[in-house]
Amino acid sequence: MTTPSAEGARPANAGRASSPDPHVTDATDGTDAMDTPDHTQDPTPPQAGDGADGPPLLHLVNIGKSFGPVRVLSHITLDIPIGQVTAVVGDNGAGKSTLIKTISGIYHQDHGQIIWQGQEVHLHTPKDAADLGIATVYQDLALCDNLDIVANMFLGREETKHFQLDEIGMEKAARQTLADLSVVTVRSVRQPVGSLSGGQRQAVAVARAVMREAKLVILDEPTAALGVTQTRVVLDLIKRLKSQNIAVIVISHNLNDVQSVADRIAVLRLGRLVAVGPASQYDAESIVDLMTTGTSKRLAATSAEPSAGSSSEH
Amino acid sequence: MSTDVQGPSPEATEPDEEIASEVALAAPEVMADSLGEYAKIWLSRVRNGDSGALPVILGLAAIVIYFQVRSSLFLSAGNLVNLIGQAAFFMMLGMAEVFVLLLGEIDLSIGYTSAVGATFTLWLLLPPNPAPWPLAVLVGLAVPAIFSGLQGFVVTWLRLPSFVVTLAGQLLALGLLLEVMDSAAPNGGGSIRLYNNVLTDIYAGSLSPVAGWIVMAAAVALAGALFLVRDTRRRAGNLTAPPLSVTLLKIAAMAVAGVVVVLIGNTNRGVGLTVVRGVPWVVLVVLVVVVAWSFLLGRTRFGRYIYAIGGNAEAARRAGVNLSRIRILAFTLAGATAGIMGIIYTSYLGSVSTGVPGGQNVLYAVGAAVIGGTSLFGGRGKMVGAVLGGLVVAVIYNGLELLGLGAAPQYMWTAAVLLAAVTVDTLARRRSTAA
Repeated sequence: MTTPSAEGARPANAGRASSPDPHVTDATDGTDAMDTPDHTQDPTPPQAGDGADGPPLLHLVNIGKSFGPVRVLSHITLDIPIGQVTAVVGDNGAGKSTLIKTISGIYHQDHGQIIWQGQEVHLHTPKDAADLGIATVYQDLALCDNLDIVANMFLGREETKHFQLDEIGMEKAARQTLADLSVVTVRSVRQPVGSLSGGQRQAVAVARAVMREAKLVILDEPTAALGVTQTRVVLDLIKRLKSQNIAVIVISHNLNDVQSVADRIAVLRLGRLVAVGPASQYDAESIVDLMTTGTSKRLAATSAEPSAGSSSEH
Repeated sequence: MSTDVQGPSPEATEPDEEIASEVALAAPEVMADSLGEYAKIWLSRVRNGDSGALPVILGLAAIVIYFQVRSSLFLSAGNLVNLIGQAAFFMMLGMAEVFVLLLGEIDLSIGYTSAVGATFTLWLLLPPNPAPWPLAVLVGLAVPAIFSGLQGFVVTWLRLPSFVVTLAGQLLALGLLLEVMDSAAPNGGGSIRLYNNVLTDIYAGSLSPVAGWIVMAAAVALAGALFLVRDTRRRAGNLTAPPLSVTLLKIAAMAVAGVVVVLIGNTNRGVGLTVVRGVPWVVLVVLVVVVAWSFLLGRTRFGRYIYAIGGNAEAARRAGVNLSRIRILAFTLAGATAGIMGIIYTSYLGSVSTGVPGGQNVLYAVGAAVIGGTSLFGGRGKMVGAVLGGLVVAVIYNGLELLGLGAAPQYMWTAAVLLAAVTVDTLARRRSTAA
């Protein structure tokens, strides 16, 4: 078994040798996860390598997850810094969904650690994650079409006054949040969500997350169902989130979107992190290379990412 | 309107069309700045199937005119008070159904459970040792409430369709009714008499004519004040509020409805030399229940969650709403409301019998709710709608009876109206989901 450092180093300079990867379906990998903490005392600041300022909000160490014999994630070590957009890209089955579900408390990792603001946390339910300030906006958005924007934004957290819903207070707060996110296209916050366009619905779902004081917003394919105009609305929204010092993870297939909005890019392939680094280091072609083969000739020269795995802190 | 611009990928959407589509589904209260604009938005909503009360009222007026032309007795005070009585059952049972229909569920048992509850009430009130009437009434509400609550539990716990569970519940309740009646009135021939003046007076008793006016004026004034205070608060909070003219129009409409009811009630409906005047107490019972339940649905978390579950249960679940609790509670409230109907029913008949048409009544109740704008698919509907719908059902029922046409056309006409209401509901839904 390789050490985490070797794992991390592979994406940039040894990826070709590792494919097809025996670890992906290797059920005995657990043993090596058991002892990884002992090997990972090296606290190299990961952000030094990829341009983040300040310590990461979320730090994933050696995350592994299997469903039965199928290894879906292995040795994922990744930093999510505040105020930056981290795009997670990968082909179907690369493990993107499993990764975000682990972060949002739907799955619990088989091994590895989740470090939130310097503290190890255990996320067993979505509520655990939500309580920390991790908000996930899934593709289906989970909005009630029959309720208005205010009711949707406050669903499950309604404010009451004298045993009644405090409609005025909630409406003001909802309007403020939407204004902060520069969502100006909705005509009234009292219209049912069913009457909104796709981009507006996405905006409402994001605004709901922000209003709950999310520190990390995870967007699952936010533009997949949208047209050109609506996509632009959502990308602008993501930039607004960033400017509010919220960490953002965007899962996307659309490399144009990724390149226009991401500060950092993490490429997953067959459950492994094959590359992570500043978005500027990658062009569409190299991302596609990484997604499909796990390596990119174009990047071999720069060997951009020294810190994907070697930087794990304990 | 162009429904195609609401979809998830309206790439070619022009801003103007987008606004049009928003307006079509939004509440006119919050979108309009003037009476004219309000009317315009309202019209587009009618075309969307979310029309509010006016179409129902217009339809009601048409039916009333038809019956009055056919039989001059229809609008006589005596018949109208009788009509109010019949309407009260359908309204109450319709309101019971609204709780579960909003969830996208249905409760077919309440026609019989209400009779079971009422039988318990009358049993407790039997001489020579009658229980205090409030206790008896409480039992009469609790029995159907618990029954429906258990059905709700089975529906959520085993995830069975409520249609089947409550259909079984209907049969079970009928069996219970026969069983309980056998114990309560072994020699009653399947019926038990009401021996309590307070309960008898729900129908037979009336407010004095003056009291009727006072109560009506107070109710309208209170509602009007609440509307105006709400609007003022919203404006003070820099939020949009409906134009003053619209609010005043609504208050005026309420006042007219109140005046009509009191005028009808205060007209002498006695036969011969006896003078019977005043609004029957049952009107007040319905009024209190509709206000209380509207408050519950519109102003509390519980009500908000009922709508949320009916709209998108998965979204509600992810937002942390306890689906089982809300569903069971809604079923329980539906049962309790049916219990109130049972009490009113016994007050009207002076007894309960095992021959109560529980299966038919519950269909009328669903009809009342759907005619009043409650969707069978959940998430849309109001208590006030059930009151209006109940009135429509009662008018048809009463009018055809008055024409002496017998049971056959009564069933058929009610079926036609129910079918029309369901068609409108379904088309509206298809339009908004296809959009």
